[in-house]
Amino acid sequence: MNVLMTGVGGQGIILASDVLTEVMMRYGLDVKKSEIHGMAQRGGSVMSHVRFAEHVASPLIPYGSCDILLSFEELETARYMPYIKADTTVIINRFRLSPPTVIAGKESYPDITPILKEKATDIRMVDGSALASELGNARGVNVILLGVLSMLLEPAESLWIETLTDMLPKKIRPKNIEGFKQGRQLKVQ
Amino acid sequence: MKKILSGNDAVARGAYEAGISFAAAYPGTPSTEILETIAKEYKDIHSEWAPNEKVALEVAVGASYAGARSLAVMKHVGVNVAADPLMTLPYTLIRGGIVLISADDPELFSSQNEQDNRHYARFAKIAMLEPSSSQEAKDYTKEAFTISEEFGTPVMVRTTTRIAHSMGVVDLSEPVVQKTPSLERHPAEWVMLPANARRRHPVIEERILALKKLSNTTNMNRMEIVDINLGIISSGVAYQYAKEAFPGASYLKLGMPYPFPDELVKEFAAKVKELWIVEELDPFIEDQVKALGIACHGKDRIPMCGELNPDIIKAAISGEPVVKPGQPALPGRPPSMCPGCPHRSMLWALRRNKTFIAGDIGCYTLGFLPPLDAIDTCLCMGAGINHAHGMSKVFGPGKEKLTAVIGDSTFYHSGITGLLNLAYNRGAALIVILDNSTTAMTGAQNHPGTGVTIEGQKNITIDLEGLVKALGIEWVKTINPYDVKGARQTIKEALASSGPSVIISKAPCVLLKAKAVPGKPLRVDALKCTGCKVCITLGCPALEFKDEKAHINETCVGCNVCADLCSVEAIGGEK
Repeated sequence: MNVLMTGVGGQGIILASDVLTEVMMRYGLDVKKSEIHGMAQRGGSVMSHVRFAEHVASPLIPYGSCDILLSFEELETARYMPYIKADTTVIINRFRLSPPTVIAGKESYPDITPILKEKATDIRMVDGSALASELGNARGVNVILLGVLSMLLEPAESLWIETLTDMLPKKIRPKNIEGFKQGRQLKVQ
Repeated sequence: MKKILSGNDAVARGAYEAGISFAAAYPGTPSTEILETIAKEYKDIHSEWAPNEKVALEVAVGASYAGARSLAVMKHVGVNVAADPLMTLPYTLIRGGIVLISADDPELFSSQNEQDNRHYARFAKIAMLEPSSSQEAKDYTKEAFTISEEFGTPVMVRTTTRIAHSMGVVDLSEPVVQKTPSLERHPAEWVMLPANARRRHPVIEERILALKKLSNTTNMNRMEIVDINLGIISSGVAYQYAKEAFPGASYLKLGMPYPFPDELVKEFAAKVKELWIVEELDPFIEDQVKALGIACHGKDRIPMCGELNPDIIKAAISGEPVVKPGQPALPGRPPSMCPGCPHRSMLWALRRNKTFIAGDIGCYTLGFLPPLDAIDTCLCMGAGINHAHGMSKVFGPGKEKLTAVIGDSTFYHSGITGLLNLAYNRGAALIVILDNSTTAMTGAQNHPGTGVTIEGQKNITIDLEGLVKALGIEWVKTINPYDVKGARQTIKEALASSGPSVIISKAPCVLLKAKAVPGKPLRVDALKCTGCKVCITLGCPALEFKDEKAHINETCVGCNVCADLCSVEAIGGEK
């Protein structure tokens, strides 16, 4: 299974993919994850490849082999089209963050729907950011989306919560576990 | 016990399990987290940030000469800085095992070049191991110490970004006991005068032959014979990509590519019908296969530039065009300096004063991007000061406005000697030290100017202005870069002086707790804003331009530089 998480630096993608990786190891699978740190971080595009199976070779997902694309930001979904195949489940968090050229008034924020529809047939939107604000935990969009993702994967809710409990700092733990649970209830359409 | 570890965390774990006592590094992507993990997780090991990679390797050598196992960590270009000790170290007697980690950066995610450091192993005539996963990163680092002591050689472990920053499942073991240091004298093996070094050179040549025997027999170099129609020799992460693309092929997987396992390669080549060498960057393995007179494919089809992936390898070997799939044209998100970054206003001031700005390596290199467009050179750590000096000498004083910018960490790394030269040879250039009290680009590491060590101890803090004066620079001023008008005036004064001058632009990085900005966003009064765009020329991500007016978004931290520049006073704090 190949899961690609995409978004913008600062949205908590690295932590979300760390949790997914840990859950899959505890579930008994081989798992590899790859992402880029360093210069690409600050407000830049972020993608994290997570792969799990009996045995995983490459830490990178081959093109056209992504099973689930979980995108934290709308435009960033379209940037990773090479990884998409016809039956990729594309889940998009309803949230837009303008890139610098859009901020400077040189370009407009693109309509990504036609780009996605060239390849993908299973495109679902989810109001993760809205729920995060509603819960008064704007930074918790990552655990909410992890909750959404967990509904598509085999491990039971208890394994996710156990893992989150072990991995989250005490101070933010209750809030984020609540966010994860609410994420599991979130309507995806 | 199994644990998910990044390649970097796995290297740290391997060094810990090998019982090292000492580790030193200079931060550099993608290697930085190795020393950070050692300092955080394995407190029995003394860890320290060195001011540069040459120092890091030399202090590690000192620990090794005392009988302890020691580790030196750096990114690929850092090994260039450490190349001087590295080339003679193999001549000397090794006591405690010594391992050099070189983290290469194919695809240049965060580097100025994509040099292939495997060549250094051959150049220095030392053993080199190349892990292809987190598990191997741990195992090979540990094994490197055993080889180092058994053969009396430094060992290089070469990783790449995709090993360093990928995560995988790792089986952990218990550490061996650290060695007790003892003082010994070995002048004939440690004092590399010509007479001694001449006697030591044959030792290296014999050792490399002994290591070749090891590389022909070690299980780090292993054959996986399946379908003999396609045989692939590979190493590092490229091996994993090849396995993904051709799971049924036969492999010779090289975990110890140097010294080159000639016999094993001959044996493998004889077993398979078509032989391919799959490696990132240079044809390091391929050239040595060809030197054995064995025909093979490799760089005739597989790109020399950039990182590989399973798709490139699949296309290359299948005879299909090797092209990356087209991406939709979308607005990019290039990295940029943070809102409120103290570098921005200083670079803006230098550009407004129409100076040539020789640059260096750090966050401020991003000032190259429009609209700031304020970096004119970037070669390597410490080069900017020297560019400005060389230019000043050929133009002569007062002809051109020549400046260089360098960060505080980079200045301590390799700017000090350049500044000494500027003073000694009296170059008429202005050097601006952008002192943000951290090594920001790699994630805020301490250095001699911060006064705190990686282990959290408060030690000496360098008096930067005093140091600059001691190097022979008479014209020195420390300024607050957020006062952009004052900065322009000081630049003017500095350039008017006939000799070398230094401005220390001092304000902490906005990502540090000590930051000097209020943190609250400013607002634009739309009625006052004339749409002149002077604030937009700062290139601050918090400033947006729409409907012919400037707007400030929630990422603003209130540094007030744009407000100072606004001639109609349209920008201010919350009313």
